[in-house]
Amino acid sequence: MAPTSESQAPAEEPVVEETLVEEVSIDGMCGVY
Amino acid sequence: MKLVEHFQYGLNSPICLTWELTYACNLACVHCLSSSGRRDPRELSTAEAKSVIDELQRMQVFYVNIGGGEPTVRSDFWELLDYAVTHDVGVKFSTNGIKLDEARAAQLAATDYVDVQISLDGATAEVNDHVRGPGSYATAIRALENLAEAGFARPKISVVMTRQNVDQLDEFSAIADRFGAQLRITRLRPSGRGADVWDELHPTAAQQRQLYDWLVAHGENVLTGDSFFHLSAYGEALPGLNLCGAGRVVCLIDPVGDVYACPFAIHENFLAGNVRSPGGFEQVWRGSELFAELRQPQTGGACRSCGFYDSCQGGCMAAKFFTGLPLDGPDPECVRGFGEQALAARDGSTAIPRSDVDHSRSAPRVGRGPVPLTLTTRPDRACDESPLASLQVPVAGS
Amino acid sequence: MTAEAPVFDPARPHRCSPRVAVRPEPFGALVYHFGTRRLSFLKTPQLVEVVSGLERHPDVHSALDAAGLDAAQRPAYLRALAGLAANGTIEERP
Repeated sequence: MAPTSESQAPAEEPVVEETLVEEVSIDGMCGVY
Repeated sequence: MKLVEHFQYGLNSPICLTWELTYACNLACVHCLSSSGRRDPRELSTAEAKSVIDELQRMQVFYVNIGGGEPTVRSDFWELLDYAVTHDVGVKFSTNGIKLDEARAAQLAATDYVDVQISLDGATAEVNDHVRGPGSYATAIRALENLAEAGFARPKISVVMTRQNVDQLDEFSAIADRFGAQLRITRLRPSGRGADVWDELHPTAAQQRQLYDWLVAHGENVLTGDSFFHLSAYGEALPGLNLCGAGRVVCLIDPVGDVYACPFAIHENFLAGNVRSPGGFEQVWRGSELFAELRQPQTGGACRSCGFYDSCQGGCMAAKFFTGLPLDGPDPECVRGFGEQALAARDGSTAIPRSDVDHSRSAPRVGRGPVPLTLTTRPDRACDESPLASLQVPVAGS
Repeated sequence: MTAEAPVFDPARPHRCSPRVAVRPEPFGALVYHFGTRRLSFLKTPQLVEVVSGLERHPDVHSALDAAGLDAAQRPAYLRALAGLAANGTIEERP
C-alpha cells in the first residue's frame, strides 16, 4: 500500500496520515488461491 | 480511517474471488484443499457458468482466480476463459499444467487479461512428487517451458509451504527466474485433504520464523496471497491487507454453485448460499446471513489481551476451525506459541470438524480421527447404472 | 513501454483513463486498471466525484471546485490526484 496523500498535523504529535487513496495488491488479500 | 476499517461495512461486490470450476482432477495431491478428484455430476453447465460471468461483469468483479480440481480438464474451459476476458472479468487460473502444451501456451500468450499460475510444491521432483504424485513435477516444468517459449509474460509459480520444502526457498526463486515467472508462496491450511497431513507437513515454529525472515529479506517480488498475515506478529507486517478476507473481500464459488466464505473453508458452517438460487451470486454476496456475521467488527475474543492482536488479527479462521480450535482464540500456528498450547489442550472430547464435501478418488488417509465408515465416494459417471460401481470401502490402519 | 510520466499539471484538462473502471462503494470507490492490474481505493465520496467528473471540466481545479472542496482540503486532494496520474488512473485529455 502506497499512501499518496498526507495531511500536515500542526500539533507536536507525530503526523497522522489521512490517505485519500490506498493501493491494494490484486494478490494481497487472503482467501484466494 | 484505515482501509480495512472501511471494509467492516461490507463491499458491494468482492474485490476478487476464487471460482473452482470442477472437482475433477488428474492428480490426487495429498493436501488438496478442495478434496478434488472426481467430477461432481451437479457441476454448473456451460450456460450456467456464463451466467455467473455475466453476473460478475454486472457486479464489476474485475478479477477472478479460477481453479478446481484441475480447471483445464473441463472441455469448455477455453470457451469460458474467453467469455470471461471478453466480458470485463480478468482471469488468473491455477493449474498443474497438464493441458498446457505448446499450442495452448501460444493461445494464452495471445490472450489479453489472463494470467496463469502453475502449482509446484517442491523445487525437485523428489520433494514435489511426494505430495503431488509421480510425474507432476515434470508436468509443471514442461508447462513453464511451453509458456516461456510462447512468450507468455510472467506466469506465477505457486508453492504451498511445507516442512519439506521450506529449505528450498532459494531454489524456488531460481526456478522462477529461469522461466521468467514470478514466485508465489502460500500457507498450508488443514483444509480438505490437508487436514489429514497437516500435523506432519505444516512448518515447525522454527521454520515459520525462517520463512518470515526469508520473506523480509528476499521477498520483494514474491507474492504471498496475504496468506502469512498471522506471521505479522513477528515484527514488520508483510505486504497485503493483513486480514482474513473471507466473506468480506473475497469468497469461493464451487463447482456446483455453492458459495463459501473462502476456498479453505469448504464446510457447511461456511456455506453462504448457492448461485442457482433466486437472485444468484449477487443475492448471496449482499444478503447472506453468514457474510453479514463475518462482516461484524472482530473483538479479539481470547486474544484480546495479547499485544500482538492488532498485527495478526487472530490468524486464519479455517486453520482454527479444521484443527478443532475455537474461532475466537489463537491460530494453531500463533507465533507466540499460544496455538500450540491450545492444540495440546485438545482432548478426546474435542470434535475435529470434517467436511462432507469430498470428491477424492480414493478413501481419505486415516488422520487423527476414527476411520469413517460412511460412504463418501460418488460414482465415476452419472450414467453408471450401479451407484456402487466405484465403491471403495475405507480400510482401517492403511 | 514505460515512458517518463509527464508531470501532473492541474491546469490541464484531465479524464479517467479509458482502461480504468470505477466501482462505487459505501465509503468511496474501488478503481481497477485493466492494463496494470492495479487496484486502488478512493476513500472519500468527494474524491470519487472529482475523479469521475474530470472529463466534464476544463481543468482539475474546476473539478475540485465542483466537488465543494474548501481551501484547506485542496493540497491533499491535489497530491492524491498527482499519485493517480502517476499510476495511470487519470490522464490528460488529448
